Amino acid sequence: MEYIRTPKVENVRLLDRVSSRKAPVGTLYLTATHVIFVENVSETRKETWILHSQICSVEKQSTSATGCPLLIRCKNYQVIQFIILQERDCHDVYISLMRLSRPEKYEELYCFSFNPNLDKEDQEQAWNFIDLKAEYNRMGVPIQLWYITHLNRDYGVCDTYPTVLYAPTSATPPIIIGSSKFRSRGRFPTLSYYNHDNHASICRSSQPLSGFSARCLEDEQMLQAIMKANPGSEFMYVVDTRPKLNAMANRAAGKGYENEDNYSNIKFQFIGIENIHVMRNSLQKMLEVCELKSPSMGDFLWGLENSGWLKHIKAILDAGIFIAKAVAEEAISVLVHCSDGWDRTAQVCSVASLLLDPYYRTLKGFMVLIEKDWVSFGHKFNHRYNHLDGDPKEVSPVIDQFIECVWHLMEQFPCAFEYNERFLVHVHNHIYSCQYGNFICNSQKERREQRTRERTHSLWPHMWKNSTDYMNPLYRPDHSQTQGVLRPDTAPYCFKFWRGMYNRFEKGLHPRQSVIDFLMAVKEETQQLEEDLEIHEEKIAKLEKLQVKHNKIKANPRDINKHLGVSTSDNSIANTPQDYTGTAGIFPSCSSSQLDEESSVLILTRDTLKSSDPDLSTNSDQESGVADLNCRSPSGGDSLPSEDSAKDPDSDEAANSAA
Amino acid sequence: MEFAELIKTPRVDNVVLHRPFMPRVEGTLCLTGHHLILSSRQDSNEELWLLHSNIDSIEKRFVGSLGTVIVKCKDLRIIQLDIPGMEECLNIASSIEALSTLDSVTLMYPFFYRPMFEVIEDGWNTFLPEQSFKQIESSTDEWRLSYVNKDFSVCPSYPPVLAVPKSIDDETIRKVAIFRHAGRFPVLSYYHKKNGMVMMRSGQPLTGSNGRRCKEDEKLINATLRAGKRGYIIDTRSINVAQQAKARGGGFEVEAHYPQWRRIHKTIERSNILQESLIKLVEACNDQSHNMDRWLSKLEASNWLTNIKEILTTACLAAQCIDREGASVLVHGTEGTDSTLQVTSLAQIILDPTSRTIRGFESLVEREWLQAGHPFQQRCSQSAYSNSKPKWEAPVFLLFLDCVWQILRQFPCSFQFNEHFLILLFEHAYASQFGTFLGNNAFERRKLKLPQKTVSLWSWVNRPQDTERFLNPLFEANSLVIWPSVSPQSLLLWEGVFLRWNRSSKCLDEAYEEMIHIIEHNKELQSKIHTFGGKEQGYRKDIIVSPLTLDSA
Repeated sequence: MEYIRTPKVENVRLLDRVSSRKAPVGTLYLTATHVIFVENVSETRKETWILHSQICSVEKQSTSATGCPLLIRCKNYQVIQFIILQERDCHDVYISLMRLSRPEKYEELYCFSFNPNLDKEDQEQAWNFIDLKAEYNRMGVPIQLWYITHLNRDYGVCDTYPTVLYAPTSATPPIIIGSSKFRSRGRFPTLSYYNHDNHASICRSSQPLSGFSARCLEDEQMLQAIMKANPGSEFMYVVDTRPKLNAMANRAAGKGYENEDNYSNIKFQFIGIENIHVMRNSLQKMLEVCELKSPSMGDFLWGLENSGWLKHIKAILDAGIFIAKAVAEEAISVLVHCSDGWDRTAQVCSVASLLLDPYYRTLKGFMVLIEKDWVSFGHKFNHRYNHLDGDPKEVSPVIDQFIECVWHLMEQFPCAFEYNERFLVHVHNHIYSCQYGNFICNSQKERREQRTRERTHSLWPHMWKNSTDYMNPLYRPDHSQTQGVLRPDTAPYCFKFWRGMYNRFEKGLHPRQSVIDFLMAVKEETQQLEEDLEIHEEKIAKLEKLQVKHNKIKANPRDINKHLGVSTSDNSIANTPQDYTGTAGIFPSCSSSQLDEESSVLILTRDTLKSSDPDLSTNSDQESGVADLNCRSPSGGDSLPSEDSAKDPDSDEAANSAA
Repeated sequence: MEFAELIKTPRVDNVVLHRPFMPRVEGTLCLTGHHLILSSRQDSNEELWLLHSNIDSIEKRFVGSLGTVIVKCKDLRIIQLDIPGMEECLNIASSIEALSTLDSVTLMYPFFYRPMFEVIEDGWNTFLPEQSFKQIESSTDEWRLSYVNKDFSVCPSYPPVLAVPKSIDDETIRKVAIFRHAGRFPVLSYYHKKNGMVMMRSGQPLTGSNGRRCKEDEKLINATLRAGKRGYIIDTRSINVAQQAKARGGGFEVEAHYPQWRRIHKTIERSNILQESLIKLVEACNDQSHNMDRWLSKLEASNWLTNIKEILTTACLAAQCIDREGASVLVHGTEGTDSTLQVTSLAQIILDPTSRTIRGFESLVEREWLQAGHPFQQRCSQSAYSNSKPKWEAPVFLLFLDCVWQILRQFPCSFQFNEHFLILLFEHAYASQFGTFLGNNAFERRKLKLPQKTVSLWSWVNRPQDTERFLNPLFEANSLVIWPSVSPQSLLLWEGVFLRWNRSSKCLDEAYEEMIHIIEHNKELQSKIHTFGGKEQGYRKDIIVSPLTLDSA
């Protein structure tokens, strides 16, 4: 509260970056958790909500005759520009947001105040929704080959690892401890994925402290033990996901990589994935391309190439494929590491697991995968996604890249995933939103210290409850695509710009009709029809009996036609033209009044119809309570795009209209 | 017959065929007058029938006495034939070369092809101009059909029947024709029922460097304007190119003589540049290196998507003028046979729901491309692999199909046909057993007696059993104007054509099957429930209603 210099500014205009539509005028509210813009148009009062934790940067631009522009870039790739009449107001908002978007203490994060009205027991129960121990059981990790070690129960061996870890049977505690001392930050090799079919496994660690010549007997024994846990194999792969040059440079700092000569049983392999700094800059460049105002095709493709982003995505996927192949086809275990083993290692292990195991391509399985390879193994969510104001050099879109890899796989295997693109986008959104406690802090240890299980809520049960929104209608568990290992094509032309993520708020750029939503509606209707059919059958059976008895009865006439055509009649989407002239003012008569009398009646996308989050209804309820928005943090302020649209009937038109 | 002379070796045994995504086949290679056939004699599935006219270029290689012929097709497929024996290989190669570059149209396969199916509806008569004009006549009486070109003397590239403003007599039209490139006077292309606005197309006005004018021309196009309304002339050339055209006797409508018209210049590339773009794009797609930067820079350098964007944008602009500005539009470039037709036909896809149905689209292709005199034979005689320097070749029609595909991707439920239909048209425009795309205009087609001597593609496609696989399962009639996005982020590479032979489409095909399955299952249930409903009603009629039980039901 104390940081809000001005809770409310009137006569603010919201500019639409893509369209040249007249900017709506409204009131800007600052609350403890959100920036809210409410349009003045009385019948709609369209609202735009931005979580403070989603704000990536705030930029005050030079004042013009129309006012003072304020540019807000969000971590979910939304870019919003307000024009505030008074420079002083703009400055106040700017200063307030600068502070509000950069919390310094965990307590300031939204998840600690977000309250979806669950009682304590439910809250605790919700945290047990994903159980990693059950996951290792599901993988079928055999007790004669692997055992659970509690060596790290008080985080004494490695403070970024979880308490429960799997080690190969022949790795005794002294070996584990010895190995951990020889690895960066004590991150010794431990089990990430076990392939039940052939005993091959994926293990992960950090780089060895080998320097130019150091060796460690226990570490060598550790790798030997991992290989032995795959009976019959004669060697194992050690995959260093860094470019060779980077790994060599690390030797000078007493770190480095495994020397094949010291480890009798390994084949060593570099896979050049660049470091977090390269990735951060690459994304930055790509986002600049996304922000270009009416770029030419050449500008866009050149910018995309120049950013190198797709090249990095390909490198990660290629690495995942290498490991999946080793495990599935050669039945060889793989140890994966990078420097610290929490970024590239997490990416590559999770991509490989997803390729290998159909389970991770189910809704629940994906949640498990994120919890396992990212949350539990100490991916530094706090640093990478800048939850708390910190070192900007620590920020990097590591999990974004993993999620994009999954999207690329979904594009190639449309029937293999139980979840859809919307699911990925919403997960991504919540990684940054800090609304739920799952992605807070840098490690399990820190989360324990913050008591996140008691003080915050878990995202997964919430998404599970709305799973119908996240389902891929083309998925069938018994489909041949669903079974077994995915073998994606990684020719360069398979990699495309992910419009649904990086330009997802520019709705004018997206297909105006969604095949997935269409099919979901058909499937929903089909289900209803099946139920109806059953009722009809019963009824007819009854009627038959009645007729025999000559009883005087009439069945309730059901409106059969009610369902017919439901699926699609609302799928007609009106839209408006973009600026096709390339020259401003060719059409003097072009007026927004003429624009949209027609389209406003017609517009409808699925998003308005379907919106998953129950939070959503909370939000729409609050429409009437605009006046006191500034004094209470809304209980359900979730700023997902679908929810935005649901909040106001007009939003799709706004998004679609690019004219 | 003539072919025998060209076939030096009619058959070779033990030839090995390599095709994309298919196991190699060993068998006998036979050359006939029109086909290259490879048969393993074991299984009819392992046969290849390739039209010579589909072959774009061939390459020969030798390793010892084993020869290899690489056949590159106009549909962008590349196949490889390993032929034992140097002489056989050379003979085969030179025969294919000769057979695939026959000069005379009348030697082409359509003149020899006899359909294996019964022609129920002759496609040559399916889309007659009188018929499509009836539609327009029902909503306006401002237009008439003119037979001024019935002997093709006014404009050789126009059909004999054309729609012109009612107030303009044939004499005036003759004068206008002299003032327009190749006699292509402004004719009606599309009538927008919603607001009565029209789209016309023509060749460039022959103003020349001294600014000639033609009162009749001005009168003709002004006749299409409403009182006090302005119209738009969309010139598909940049202002510079249009200026330069003056020196060669061409030009554009100057403000002074056409005060009621506003001219907008857009830049759609000319045919030789488009051909080069296609060649570069296909080369990029076939690049085997796994280098991301190289792919993106080659994709960019091909300019294919830039061309797509430019064409789509111009079409959207034309549509916008008509639908949003309530103005009539005249579209032309230089000849009015290429970029002009891309724009007028795409604008109709955007504006007119009918053109998004199968029949409507066929009718559009017939009206705006075949009848309108797009020189298919010249444009499609070579494709991306040709070694010879392009003369008139250009992927003008393919670009149009690609643009339609882009709109289809953005409005997947608004088209009655699917991607396969567009690919079919691409294939048949370049090589076909049907006569539809032979010749360069209606006049040539009449001289060749195509309707009498060949079968129309429409005769085959419109048979219900054949139409089925081109139907879009997601189709839901959408009566609205559909405005596509032309941002670079919204435009995609048409993988179905350009990566068709480079990557397996198995998973995507399965997804398509699954989609059909979901929708078919739904339809089944709906019809079931209908019958049940009927049954119930039947029972209900028999039973007298008791109000008490009704409540409890």
